[in-house]
Order: sequence, then structure tokens, then C-alpha cells
Amino acid sequence: MRRLLPGLLLLVFSLGARAAIDPYEFSSEVERQRYQHFIEEMRCPKCQNQNLAGSDSPIAADLRRELRRLLNDGRSDREITDYMVARYGQFILYDPPFDKKTALLWLAPALFLVCGAVALLVIARRRRTGAETTALDADERALVEQLLAGRTPRADGERPS
Amino acid sequence: MQRLKLFIPLIIFLVLAAFFFVVQKRIGSGDYDPQAMPSALLDKPLPAFELPDLLRGDPVSAAVLGGRIALVNVWATWCPSCHYEHPYLVRLAQQGVLILGVDYKDEPDKARQWLLEKGNPYVAVVDDRSGTLGLDLGVTGAPETYLIDARGVVRLRYQGPLDERVWRETLQPLIERLQQEARGA
Repeated sequence: MRRLLPGLLLLVFSLGARAAIDPYEFSSEVERQRYQHFIEEMRCPKCQNQNLAGSDSPIAADLRRELRRLLNDGRSDREITDYMVARYGQFILYDPPFDKKTALLWLAPALFLVCGAVALLVIARRRRTGAETTALDADERALVEQLLAGRTPRADGERPS
Repeated sequence: MQRLKLFIPLIIFLVLAAFFFVVQKRIGSGDYDPQAMPSALLDKPLPAFELPDLLRGDPVSAAVLGGRIALVNVWATWCPSCHYEHPYLVRLAQQGVLILGVDYKDEPDKARQWLLEKGNPYVAVVDDRSGTLGLDLGVTGAPETYLIDARGVVRLRYQGPLDERVWRETLQPLIERLQQEARGA
């Protein structure tokens, strides 16, 4: 097993390597990294949930080529993002900026957290008060009344007081 | 109350089942397309372009529409739905609808052959073999159709083939509204 483990781990982690690879050359390491970042963070417009790096669709290949061209032209990250958003909308961004349209998307996790916290509180409170207000049945009531009247409960009744 | 709690999972299941059923039905009837996305160009001017005409070779720009309400239809010979759509475009053109064609990432020879065989419904066909205009339009595939108003602004994007139903339910009402707008202004 110990000898197999590295191989198994390799299998597990090699899934991420199944990405489209284009034979692009970059003038610098920084540019290559920026390209890599863009294709990881931008969504293929034709696919429902795949980034440009992971998609084999022709439109994704076109956009990767376009990204490389923009990088080659020396455009800034901001300019490149704006260029893509102007054509494909914010749909293309996996990390969209916070605005009116994306507010729900960004706030939903916090909203769920609040809902969960409220639910938890309500349940905890109900459990505590629930224990206090449990109704007594007839026998218990009789026992309480005896105690309140200062008499010894019937169970101990045979012992002299 | 306690008894009722037992039914919560069942109730959740029924609600979800009803929801999925409705969504699936709407997809089936074409009322809802999960792949469709709003165009980033909506209510913005058609991007400027100047590309060769597929048939005549001279440069074409949006000027060919002459400030009239028009459709811009993105098509290609490699696109199966375009085969389905083409006869309907020919019919629309016969009814007097102005259509500008964009031959998107296509082989020009095949495209010319296609128009020869099936008829040409387009006022002009832009030869966009490199896909640059397609990129500026935010095209994700073919066919796609854009409705341009008299001021050259994109008012609608439709992804998928046009047919009688799409025309009657979506395009025609909007075009009539635009015509009234143009008359009113």
C-alpha cells in the first residue's frame, strides 16, 4: 500500500492537468502568469461551467488567442477585463465585481449563515423553554399537591414521620 | 404538530419536483433556454466594422443598413441549425425584412455555394472568416440574430435558429414597437 500511495496520489492530482494547452510563447514569465490567471478566471461563454483553460470549444480557443494578442499588445489587466466584459458581459467573469446585479450572489453566503444562526437560536431556545413547561400528568400533579400541602408523599407514607 | 414535522421531507420533495417539472417543461417548449445569456451589447450601438463583402469583395459597414430597422444574422455553412433556419430567412426577406448576414468563421467558397443553392436573403454578407466581428458582437455560436433599431442600437439578441414561432412571438412585436417609436420621435 505504501508503495502504491504515491501513484494513487498522482492519479488524484493529475485531473487538474487535463486542460487545453496552446503552443503560445510569451515574452516574459509575468506575461505567461497573467495569461494563465486570465484563462483560469474567465468562463467559456458557450459552456455552462468551464473556464477558458479547461474548455475545448472553438469559442474558448478563440478567446485564449484573443487574450494572448491583448497581452502581447501590452494592455493592462483592467483593460483586458473590460474588453471581455464589453463583449460577453459579466457572465465571463468567475470573480465578478460587487454591484447591483451581483449583490445577491455575493451576499447569499452571509444570508445563509444568518438564516442558519437564527434557526439554531430558535431551536436552542425552544428546547430550553420546552423543558420548563412540560405538562404534568395526573399522578405527578397529585404528588405535587401532596408536597405542597405539607404531607408526606404516599410512597413514604408507611414510615412514621 | 409533531406529526406534521414528519412530512416536511415529503413536502420539500414535492415542491422541488414541481419546480423541476415546470422548468423542464419550459425548456421543452422553448420558453426557457438555460444556455441563453443576455447580450452585453443590449441597448448599445452595433460595434463598428468594415469587412469585405462575401460576394462582391468591396468593404461593407453598418452604413449598408441606411438607418433602417434590420436583423443582423450570424451564420456559417458548418452550422447545422443554419440549414434549418435559412429557408425562413429567405421568406422573411421576401416579406421585406432587411437582413445583414455575417458569415462567421467560414470558408468563403462554401458560403458562396450555399447562397447560390439556397437563395440569398441578405442585403449584404460580411465575410468574417477570422471571427473578429463575431468577437466584437460577443457571438458564442451560430446562428445568432441581432435586432438593430433605426439608430443602429442593438435591441435584441436571439441565440438559435429563427422560425415562424420566434418571429411571431419575439421579433415581430418588438419591430412593430420600434416602428411606432421611430414614427413618434
